[in-house]
Amino acid sequence: MHVFTDPTNLQAYLDSFLWILKLTGASAVLALLWGVLLAAMRVSPIPVLRAFGTAWVNLFRNTPLTLIIFFCYFGLFVNLGASLSDDLELNNFWLGVVGLAAYTSAFVCEAIRSGINTVPVGQAEAARAIGLTFSQTLRLIILPQAARAVVAPLGSILIALTKNSTIVGTIGLLEASNVMKQLINDNGDAVIPIFLVFAGTFVLLLVPTGYVFGWLAKRLAVKR
Amino acid sequence: MSTLLYDHPGPRARRRNLILTAVFGIGLLAVLWYIYARFEEKDQWAAEKWQPFTTAKVWTQFILPALWATVSAALIAMVLSLAFGLIFAVARLSERRWIGVPAGAVIEFCRAVPLLLMMFFLFYGVPFLTQAPFPAFWAVVIGLTLYNGSVLAEAFRAGIRAVPRGQSEAAYAVGMRKNQVMQYILVPQAARAMLPVIVSQLVVLLKDTALGYIIAYPELLQRVGNELTANYGNVVAAAIVLAVIYIIMNSALTLFAGWLDRRTRRTAGRATTRAATGVTDVGTGA
Repeated sequence: MHVFTDPTNLQAYLDSFLWILKLTGASAVLALLWGVLLAAMRVSPIPVLRAFGTAWVNLFRNTPLTLIIFFCYFGLFVNLGASLSDDLELNNFWLGVVGLAAYTSAFVCEAIRSGINTVPVGQAEAARAIGLTFSQTLRLIILPQAARAVVAPLGSILIALTKNSTIVGTIGLLEASNVMKQLINDNGDAVIPIFLVFAGTFVLLLVPTGYVFGWLAKRLAVKR
Repeated sequence: MSTLLYDHPGPRARRRNLILTAVFGIGLLAVLWYIYARFEEKDQWAAEKWQPFTTAKVWTQFILPALWATVSAALIAMVLSLAFGLIFAVARLSERRWIGVPAGAVIEFCRAVPLLLMMFFLFYGVPFLTQAPFPAFWAVVIGLTLYNGSVLAEAFRAGIRAVPRGQSEAAYAVGMRKNQVMQYILVPQAARAMLPVIVSQLVVLLKDTALGYIIAYPELLQRVGNELTANYGNVVAAAIVLAVIYIIMNSALTLFAGWLDRRTRRTAGRATTRAATGVTDVGTGA
């Protein structure tokens, strides 16, 4: 364990997971908001919005995240000059967040749409019968009920997002996978402990998250 | 959609929808125009950036070999992860704790560790241990197998547990052994019930081969996104071409799954429904 008793290495390790948490947090919020909007578009009465939602989901769900992040950096930033911050590190961070959120929102949208499908037809029919408009039906009747059904899938999406945030390392952010690679290259004698510490941190973060979401999902499930 | 959230539009709703369609349509066109203008401004529509993709040399030297590298890694990893998934699912369900508990630990570990971390360990770490370089191809394939295999193991396990109890009871009653019950009764029904889940995980696997780019495995993103664009300076064009290739491959896989699903549904009734199995891990983008 001599690798992690060195303060610079320990700091690098802690910072790398801080990046992971920041990436996950920022993209989770964006992906959730945008994913709900996309789901609303996909069930809306306006064909243009339905088509847009469908196109977004099919485009981003079938493209590798590595390619999306690659494009965010080399395409958006380097070639098209879309800069999100003057600080180089923060710029990479936000480019990564954009890529992660664009990708993850497609999965959030599909999860919510299947959640909407679990709400009995009678609910929407009753809402329409008392004269609620589409947005009222969706906001007041359908989404609150659907939300309870999508806790478990959203939890899995969050876990996947946390793991996917390592891919932002490709564009130079010093997150967990990059730091692990560096530490391995510098300390060839401690390869297995280094891997176990990094992998173990992910296990410690994500396995309990999985159980919490499982517990929440059971607690919030609608008994029908 | 089984729930229809709005009424059949009357004259007023039709007018309103028409107006909203126009507003959003114009907004969307404005966004597309902005993107187009931005491309134009940065000279991304220039013929020399797109022209390489119409030459035979680029296809035979870059795209097709890279496509083969992607597809071959994906196919081998698919076969291996299906095998891994099946073995570990059965192992985790074993009544012998010394088999079940370790199998469960392996599955939980591989599911929680990012694939990239696993590939880095194999590619950069293992050479220190063995004193021999670790081929990028196997780093990709083994990484994909461990991760997707353990997700598939959970899918199989959920599928096996969702097969109605009467099936295995009847099998035991006719004198089958535990192995036979698993092999002839439970696994085939579970595999059929979980087919959509399995295929969406295979789509994930195919997409994740792109991670090979990070360890310089000569797959599509590495060869086309990195090496080809170094010659022509056309990253944006290359990324768009690559996205189209991936979308076509994944859509084909999904269509094939749909066809297979309809076919198996026709020939044999489903013993289990997907909803009952409670698998939520699959199709979440990792």
